[in-house]
Order: sequence, then structure tokens, then C-alpha cells
Amino acid sequence: MARNRTFLLVAPALIVMALLPLGVGGYILGLLTVAYYTAVFAMSWDLLFGFAGEVNFGPSFLIGVGAYVAALLNHYWGWPIPACLACGAVAAVIGGAVLAVPALRLSGPYFGLITLVAVLMLQNIIVLNAGITGGEIGIDIPDVLSIDETTNYFYAFGFMVVSGGILFGLSRSPVGLILQASGQDAIEAAALGFNVAKHKLTAFCISAFFSGLAGGMLIFYMGTASVGTVVDIAVGVNVIIAAVLGGRRTILGAAVGSIFLIGANEVLRPLGQLATFVVSAVALVVILFFPGGFLGNYLHTGGRE
Amino acid sequence: MTALLEVGGLTKRFGGLVAVKDISFKIEAGEILGLIGPNGSGKSTVMKCIMGIEKPNAGTVKLSGTDVAGWPTHRIARQGVGIVFQHARPLQRQTILEHIILALLPDNLLMLRTDHSVRQRAEAIAARVGLTAVMHRLPRTLAFADLRRLELAKAIARNPKVVLVDEPFAGLTAAEVTDFSNLIASFRAEGHAVLLVDHNVKGVAALVDRVLAMYLGEHVAEGTAEEVMANETVRRVYLGGKIETAARPEREGKGHTPLLDVRNLGVLYGKATAIDDVSIHVGEGEFVSVVGLNGAGKTTLFNAISGLVPYSGAINWRGTPLAGKTAGAIARTGIVQCPETRELFGDMSVRENLDLGGQHMTPAESTRQLDWLFGLFPILKSRQGQAARTLSGGEQQMLAIARALMMHPKLLILDEPTLGLAPVILEQLSKALETLRQTTDITVLLGEQNVTFALPHADRVYVIEHSRIVWEGDPARFAEEAGAGYL
Repeated sequence: MARNRTFLLVAPALIVMALLPLGVGGYILGLLTVAYYTAVFAMSWDLLFGFAGEVNFGPSFLIGVGAYVAALLNHYWGWPIPACLACGAVAAVIGGAVLAVPALRLSGPYFGLITLVAVLMLQNIIVLNAGITGGEIGIDIPDVLSIDETTNYFYAFGFMVVSGGILFGLSRSPVGLILQASGQDAIEAAALGFNVAKHKLTAFCISAFFSGLAGGMLIFYMGTASVGTVVDIAVGVNVIIAAVLGGRRTILGAAVGSIFLIGANEVLRPLGQLATFVVSAVALVVILFFPGGFLGNYLHTGGRE
Repeated sequence: MTALLEVGGLTKRFGGLVAVKDISFKIEAGEILGLIGPNGSGKSTVMKCIMGIEKPNAGTVKLSGTDVAGWPTHRIARQGVGIVFQHARPLQRQTILEHIILALLPDNLLMLRTDHSVRQRAEAIAARVGLTAVMHRLPRTLAFADLRRLELAKAIARNPKVVLVDEPFAGLTAAEVTDFSNLIASFRAEGHAVLLVDHNVKGVAALVDRVLAMYLGEHVAEGTAEEVMANETVRRVYLGGKIETAARPEREGKGHTPLLDVRNLGVLYGKATAIDDVSIHVGEGEFVSVVGLNGAGKTTLFNAISGLVPYSGAINWRGTPLAGKTAGAIARTGIVQCPETRELFGDMSVRENLDLGGQHMTPAESTRQLDWLFGLFPILKSRQGQAARTLSGGEQQMLAIARALMMHPKLLILDEPTLGLAPVILEQLSKALETLRQTTDITVLLGEQNVTFALPHADRVYVIEHSRIVWEGDPARFAEEAGAGYL
């Protein structure tokens, strides 16, 4: 039953999204392209938070490592885009694992704090090595995915659908069940014979892989990588808000939240600085009064009460 | 033949406290051993050491000859140990069947789908423990006994060689106890080794082959249930001195000034009636007991008085209605509830917990109050620096009461202070309450299911049954008028 509801929600939405280039202009397609990459960031984050129960305050650490490794390889050595993306994703996984192995030993808020510190360190490294990384101004990238808006849109759309499909499928699989049990009650999960650390680490690596890959794709779309777009704490905060807004433990909700967040920022642009405030206020209201998020209630009334 | 489980010289220390001291025992296949002891005796710690949740400081835990002491929990589980936890924390969004399927899964990262046979096995297990009717429901919609069944189902799914069961019958009705006994006996019939951890021998006597009694971390007695029950040390630990009734010295005006007046109270939880047309009153300086079984509505009544649940009807405190006041405002008027769940700050020390209760007092007042409380509960004085979480159940209860008393309550509401406590602790608690009653003019409203604890102190008794007050009167008349139906 839950499966049907999900399908009913997702299928029409995907059809509309696939047909959009026929009806809307390049500007909106460009916005959605960014929104789709953000959606992958948010979905990866939800796998960690919603299922493994670990709050990663530094999603932009994983995104940034993926993006900058890809950018540097392309800028200095002119590697082809797929190779840069693959290396970026692998680097994010390695960076994530180096961070997570010691961090997962700590319980409570310490995991979150370590991930937060990691972002600040990455930002510092990039700024301090401005000669190589372009510092705060950023680094330009010779290659781009495409110069055509529609092609770029479909790259992002396809990437989001595939990543989302994999992450969602994973969350509904037996592994997702074990992960959720580990997140909720580690002692009981261990008493059932599950190696909690192993499952959480795997979740972290999967999250890192998709974050890093999406980070790389994003900068090859933009043609430049800068701290402000892929590393800054604010980038991570937006990802977190998008995921929570859309609905924790739903994966799909994270995508909805991202598209909503970027769309709302755009609609409110005439308000100038006030736009961010209004969007944040909406996010606050949703989190306070509907902690389940947009999709929280819709997708989870599946089990019979 | 090697025993399935063999524990040797097991020792566990928490800081300076020796929780388990040199405990040894073995359980053969197809045998049930009862591990009993009052609260704080270390029996739960023994169980946690076997499961690897706590790492023992010394000793061996052998499973069919393999020493697993100090291994991580998940490896011990895979070596063939299963545990039935007393307090289940099920996943909220998965159905009962999915919980059982979870327990059937191997620890494998590549398990992306389950085949149909897993589901069938899960359904078979659900049928065996009697969960078939509810297997597609979510845990939060289930009754307490069904959640315990779910824990048993998970243990069955792992098919462990050694099954550890923590307080199998706590909170269950007589009929459910029979059901659970049969299920546990079926483990024995299938050749598993079973360790039952419980407070007293009586509860598990019919089921166990042998009993090992512990007290303060040490081995006290071992043998058949009858032998252990006859053991002198065990009798002393459990029975202690007799609890006696004593009338409180009469005070001027006692019972005449109405302090709390509850009229026609009603509380609904969704569609279920938790309190139905209840009227009670408590006079100044009175000690009133409300007795009733689990689920009769005691806690709900107290929560309504404390302003924690919405209600219909009226609650008057010294003549003014409490309706519309927040829980905090009600507490400041002098109604202090000491909840069943104790609600201590686990990571804070005993002293810090008490100091929190005395926040509003001047330092001199606070010191005086503390001295008085340490006189009432001497054990707390010696435990001042210890984190509240590491206290035994009885000590935690004393701390909860002491913290409530730090606030100088006009009316102290005690909700099930004896819950889960062993007789020896009951006696200490009973003495403290009696001292309180004889030396101060505090007003107390006590909720209890343990009648022998509730009656001796009471000036007046209410009996609550199925959300209603069914009897009110003097404790002396309780036995003949209401006792038959209750005991």
C-alpha cells in the first residue's frame, strides 16, 4: 500500500519534470538544474540522519571534497570530465571514511561536532592554499558538461532520478531496516547480531559518494568551483533545511524540500535580503509544527494503525 | 559434555562500586537457570556482561567452550546468545512483521531484498508467540503484553543457543504469565539454555530447574527453587523485618482543612477513558493512599492534578481552581509529583540532583534541608558524588523522593515508589516514609499497587479500578471490605 502511494506521488511528478523543457525558459531550467543537484545532497544527507540516526552538520565537507578534487584535476591536468567526477566521488568517500571512523566511536552530539569542524578545516585549507585552489575567488574549470540549458537540465534530472532511486531503494531494503534499527537502538541492534559500526560506516560512505559526485557535477555545470557554492557552512545548512523540510526518513522528501527551497528563494527574490528571512521563517514553522515535513505524513501512513 | 553457557569468576566494577563479584555458574542445554536478587544485586549486570553490553573486568564467559568475555555484542550474538529485553524500544514506522523479519536478517551489507521464505518464517514465528492478529500493525498501537511478545519473537528468530530473559513477567496479567511461561518452557524443550533474571524466586519457581541468588554483587545461594527459598541468607535479604501499621500522632485540625479537592474528574486518551468521574479529597496533613492495579488510572489521576493532561471536571487547591494553570505554575503552588519513572538527571551527581530541587532556597536553608534528607536516606549521603544513572533502582527512588522533598512540597504525590523494588529496599523506603509521616506534617498522596506497602502509612485509602474509585475508607477496614476483590 505504501509502495502504491509513493508511486502515485512520484510518477506524475517525474513526467512533469521530464516534459518541462518543452514549456519553460532557460532561466527556470537553470534554477532547477541547481535544485536537482541540491536534491541529491539532501537525499544523501537524509540517509545518514533519517536512517543511521547520525546528524552530519557538515554535508558540505563531502560535497566540497568531491567538487574540489574534480575541479583541480580538470584545471591542472585537463583530465576528462568522467574521470574527474569519479576521482572526486572516491575522494569524498575516502575523506568521509577518514572522518567517520574515529567520529562514529563517539556517541551523542560529538559526531555532529566533528563533521562541523571538518567543514571549517576544509574551508581553511582551500583559502590558505589560494595559489593552487583560487582561494575565496574560486577556481575556473576549462570543461563544462554542456553549454545547452536543456542538455544540462537532463544531466541533472537523470542524475537525480538515478541517485534518488538508488538511495530510496536502499532505504526500503533489508539493509535500510538494519540501518534504521542501528540508528534507533544500537544496543538492541547489536544484540540481534548486527555490527552497528559497519552499517553506519557504510551509510556514511554511500552518503559521501553521492554528495561528492553531485558536488563534482554541480561545478562542471557552473564552470567554476568556489568556497561559497560548495564548501561554506551555509551551503550545508541549506541542505539540512531542505531535507528536514521535505520530511525526515523519506529520502524523496529531501528532493521535494530542495526544489521548494530553491524555488521559494527565487520567487521571493524581489524582496531582496528579506527573501532568505522569509524562507527561513517558513522552514522554522514547518519544523516546529510539522516535524514530519512535507512528505512525512503522506508516506508513512502506510502501516495500518 | 561442555555446558552451553559457562560463566567463571565474573567481576564487574563501576568506579569504586563492585557490581558483580566473582560469580560463576553454568547452564546445560535444555536447562533454565533463574538468576534472582533484589534491585542493585548485580543480576542485570551479569546479564549485560554475558551479552557484551558491559565488558567484565575479570572472569570468563564460555559459550560451548569458547571464551567470549569482552567481545563486542554483535559477535557474541552471532556466537549464539539472544536477549529478551525488559523494555522494548521498537522502530516506530515498521510493522510487527517487519520487526521479526529484521531479526531474521543476516549481518550482510548486500542484503538488498529478502526472499519469500524469510517472510513465511517471520509469519510462523508471529503465530507461535500469538502475534498473528496484530502483525501488520505499528508497535505504538499495541498493548504492553504484545510488545513483550515481539521481544520473544525476535529472540526466537535468532534461534540462539543461549537465551537471556530479563524480568519475563513484569507488568503482565496472570493469563499472560501462563502464556509466557509456556513460550519460555518451549525454549527448554528445544534444547536451548535459558537464563531468567528476576527479582524473586516465587515468580519463576514453577519454570526454573535451578536458581542462583545474588545480593550486592555476590553469590548467596544456589540450588532448586525450594532450597533457595529455604536458605537463611536469602530469607534475611528478602523478608527483612516485618512492616507494621502505625497510626500517626493526631494533630490539631488534621484532615479538616481541605487542601486538594478533585470533583467529577474525567480524562480521555483519544477514545479510551482513562479516568471516569473520579472525586477525591485530601485534607491538610493527611496521608492518603490510592491503590489499584497497573493501568487502573492512578498515574493519569496524578498527572491531571499536576496539570500534565487535559481533563474535565474540577480540581481545587486550597479553594482555588487549578484549571488553566501550567504544570510549572501548579508545582510552584506546592504540589510536587514524584513520578513513577523517577525522571532523575542521570548524568548529574546525587548532590547536583538534590541541589536542583533546592534552587529556590537560601544556602543556609538548603544545607539544613539536605542534612535532614541525609538523615532520612543515609545511603544518599555516601553516594553524593556518584552519577544518578549508576545508582541501583532503590537508591534512585530514594533520590527521586528526596529531590521532591527538597522543594518543600505542601502536597507530595508519590506515584508507585515501590515499582520494581525488592522487599529489602521496600522496607528501607517504608521506614523513611514512616519517619516522614511521624516527624513532619507533610501531606502525601500515594499511588500504589503494592497494598502491603500502601496501607500501613495511610490515614485513608481509595481503591481505583478500571478508571473509577470503587472504595474509600479507613485502612483498617480495607481487608474485610475491599481486600477480597483486590488481593
